[in-house]
Amino acid sequence: MDAFRAILGKDLRVELRTLESVPAMLLFAVATFVLFRYGLDRTSLAGGLAAGVLLATILFAAVLGIGRLFVAERDDGGFDAIRLAPVDPTALWAAKAAALVIYLAVLEALALPLFAIFFLDGAAALPPLAGVLLLADAGLAATGATVSAMAARSRARDLLVPLVLLPLLVPVMIAAAGAAEPLLAAGGPSYSGVGKWLAVLGLYDLTFIAVGWAVFDFLVED
Amino acid sequence: MASPTGPIEVEQPPARPEPAGAAPAVAARGLRRDYGERVALRGVGFELERGATLAVIGPNGAGKTTLLRVLATLLRPTAGELRVLGCELPREAWRARGRLGYLGHAPLLYRDLTVAENLRLAARLHRLAGAEARIEALLAQAGLAERAHELVRNLSAGLAQRAAACRAVLHEPELLLLDEPLAHLDPEAAARLEPLIGAGGGRTRVVVSHDPEAALGEADRVLALTASGTVAYEGPAAGLSPGDARAIYAATGGGGA
Repeated sequence: MDAFRAILGKDLRVELRTLESVPAMLLFAVATFVLFRYGLDRTSLAGGLAAGVLLATILFAAVLGIGRLFVAERDDGGFDAIRLAPVDPTALWAAKAAALVIYLAVLEALALPLFAIFFLDGAAALPPLAGVLLLADAGLAATGATVSAMAARSRARDLLVPLVLLPLLVPVMIAAAGAAEPLLAAGGPSYSGVGKWLAVLGLYDLTFIAVGWAVFDFLVED
Repeated sequence: MASPTGPIEVEQPPARPEPAGAAPAVAARGLRRDYGERVALRGVGFELERGATLAVIGPNGAGKTTLLRVLATLLRPTAGELRVLGCELPREAWRARGRLGYLGHAPLLYRDLTVAENLRLAARLHRLAGAEARIEALLAQAGLAERAHELVRNLSAGLAQRAAACRAVLHEPELLLLDEPLAHLDPEAAARLEPLIGAGGGRTRVVVSHDPEAALGEADRVLALTASGTVAYEGPAAGLSPGDARAIYAATGGGGA
């Protein structure tokens, strides 16, 4: 547990110092909102379209952060340094996934109000939407940390992350959009059918946390 | 001394008395490591007693760094038997980790952390108690006390190498694996690091070097690898003259005889 905290603390310290991931993710999200706003030529969105715009934006912004998750481990020899220490390498995976959840939470805390300004008639949907996104973040982080570790050691890593990650994240997109759609209904948030999609998200999270936990050792070992 | 191209025979010094039952720090037999089609190490075997220094010499591409990374548990041998500190590798790598100190070509330091932050992180990963005093002492010894709060990315290669040496010995490893440890260092820095990574204090060390004469000066045993990853010479360093050292190096295909 101390190794997990040490690596997570290191990652957050480096992010605060370099501002390389979260600001890029936020700028990407804002730019995408602007593109949707003028591309769709709509000042107000609701239901499935609103959910799709929000979740596609968050998902693609997350890909930016996921691609950078293991850059320091690859470039600075962090993989070797951690493997030389008497710690379970899975602590590295867990710390990276936790760091990504924090990055996504910060992104969403800033992007959701902007989304409301760009596309919504009110802010009533934001609190329940935040809950849906947090559950989606856990799945994004578990899958993202696993794929990012796999790609980090490949020369084609910039291609591998989106090519491998996006198909794996289709269930997250479907379930999160399914849960968000009634929350973004035109007449105000509705909770009908939300529970079913949250259960799907939870199941996805548990599955990919277990997969990441099980395979990470094999990804970092020679 | 035999012809440099043939088997090299050196007069054997009297065997050093070993404590009864003391297992060697490293015992390798028939070690092989492939990178795809290319064979980097081929049938490498040697033993290293505790407290002794093994100098590994050979030309570029002889597999010296590969051997060190295999010993450090960072690479798996493709074939052969290997025991490091009593642990069978790669099966018991987890038992050996934390007891090894590795100083390779890359400093294994995060460039966006300061020197002190890097050492504190290493201390936490190695679960060291009272690490702050040890870190201060190491930085003072390495001449880095004034640079402790500088980002590693702002250090010269020599200063980064000093910081890397501090990281490698922070947890007082039982076996030091050093890959050209004095690269990038000026003579003063090399002298400063001597108490940390030198042969004194009965440390067990494997030292990769391109300078056969310098390597022999501080080695108990010598392992010379050829460009094809085979062993050209494996034996004690005592009794080898500088001429022998050059002949051994020439036998590896490294020239210089």
